[in-house]
Amino acid sequence: MNANLPPILSVRDLHKEFKDLKVLRGIDIDVNKGDVIAVIGPSGCGKSTFLRCLNLLETPTSGEIVFEGEHVFRNKHALLKEEYRQAKKAMQTAKLSRDKQAIETAQDELQKIKTAYEAEARLDKETEKRVKKTIDIHRQQIGMVFQQFNLFPHLTVLQNLTLAPQKLKGLTEAEATQKATALLKKVGLEDKANAYPATLSGGQKQRIAIVRALAMEPDVMLFDEPTSALDPEMVGEVLKVMTELAKEGMTMVVVTHEMGFAKEVANRVIFIDGGVIKEENPPQEFFSSPKDERLKDFLSKVL
Amino acid sequence: MFADIIKILSNAELTGYIFEGLWHSLLVTLIAALLGLFLGFVVAIVKIAPNNAWMRPFKIVCDIYTTVFRGTPVALQLFIMVFAVFAIPGFKPYAAIITFGINSGAYVSESIRAGIASVDKGQMEAGRALGFTWLQTMIRIVLPQAVKNIIPAIGNEMIALLKETSIIGWVGSTPGSLTFDLNAAASTIFRSVPNYLASGLIVGCFYLVIVYIMVLIVKLIERRLAKNER
Repeated sequence: MNANLPPILSVRDLHKEFKDLKVLRGIDIDVNKGDVIAVIGPSGCGKSTFLRCLNLLETPTSGEIVFEGEHVFRNKHALLKEEYRQAKKAMQTAKLSRDKQAIETAQDELQKIKTAYEAEARLDKETEKRVKKTIDIHRQQIGMVFQQFNLFPHLTVLQNLTLAPQKLKGLTEAEATQKATALLKKVGLEDKANAYPATLSGGQKQRIAIVRALAMEPDVMLFDEPTSALDPEMVGEVLKVMTELAKEGMTMVVVTHEMGFAKEVANRVIFIDGGVIKEENPPQEFFSSPKDERLKDFLSKVL
Repeated sequence: MFADIIKILSNAELTGYIFEGLWHSLLVTLIAALLGLFLGFVVAIVKIAPNNAWMRPFKIVCDIYTTVFRGTPVALQLFIMVFAVFAIPGFKPYAAIITFGINSGAYVSESIRAGIASVDKGQMEAGRALGFTWLQTMIRIVLPQAVKNIIPAIGNEMIALLKETSIIGWVGSTPGSLTFDLNAAASTIFRSVPNYLASGLIVGCFYLVIVYIMVLIVKLIERRLAKNER
């Protein structure tokens, strides 16, 4: 929201391929401090993959991700690869034609693309090397909430919340416990501190999962369909926690099917289809006057 | 036959053989089991680690190891190790124990690998997303959950190992040597009391009792681990 600050997350031309399947085909987005971005789209459109790329649970194929001013992913040479190959091919053809002029032009072209390719490849490699050491530190600043909660079943609720702050941030047990208790109180589950996850309902599990991520005091929170695995009657309690979080100014990226949440809580809504962002707008405009045909069709089915 | 059994059990020298054999069987199994568990654990971790450039050679070595030691008879491995690889005078029992350990490690590694693989992959993702490294997540989150799935398979492997060690006498055993185990005791007793059924039954009972105790221990551990799960 604040235009003077650099974005927390900056994504440029992000591609992701699984073998032959192109899931993301060039995503560009800036996530600014305080943004609550709802990501919607038909299933299989790549919205979850996009979210998982943001904290590198999924390694993108090419593109750039800058987190708080630092590259956490950079691969620009993969895109130039095809161009480089084409130039090489053109060179072969030119040689066959024995046309001196054509050979020279192709030679220049090839040289240019080769230099660019190698420069990018070098930068990409440097980034990869640096990120290998820093990615776990970056991830501490990026909270993530999963569809299937993924609480640690062998630990109590309290231990689920205190494990990471103690081991990764060096908090003492007392400090971590105090903070965890405060967080549990916030979501109304302080009486469950010593319960094991298996004894909780889905809604309770997801609220615990949210505060487990919050215990690390992240700068941005990613939500991967946080209410999709819940019984309908439990969706409300989880959305309520998320709404409060948004009001406190947390930066959030939420992949969701909850149009109500997107409409009322998000300040930006993006529609992903076929691996690209088809439309992005503030919620009022997004829902009242969609422009993209695919989005119109999608909204008519879900609203 | 009963007369022969009583004859064996009332002869101090012959019962001495049995108890010496029992002690050696247990000792050989225990040391081989510890070696096998250690090897199996390391190999399982290597096999399940992310596939990056500097892990690849280790992964290949581990694959060859499990393929070779699970793919050939343990008796053959025993002979090769004792009479070729470690053909050092006086080293025979140790070479045999090492062979059983290495052989067991190949099986144990697969049990551990399968146990780790059975933990929901969301657990690893949740750990990584919090900022834990792969190894930290493995040790603090995945392994404690995998242990429950691994224990019964490991128990099975230990029972198999105990019985497998009964071939240790094949490389030659005399009373007083570590290679003189329960099975060897039965053969030696046969020379004094020429009724193999008698000595075989006695030794068989000993094996059965040890295995039953092992089963009880595994059950006890399983029940302990199930406590914090509901």
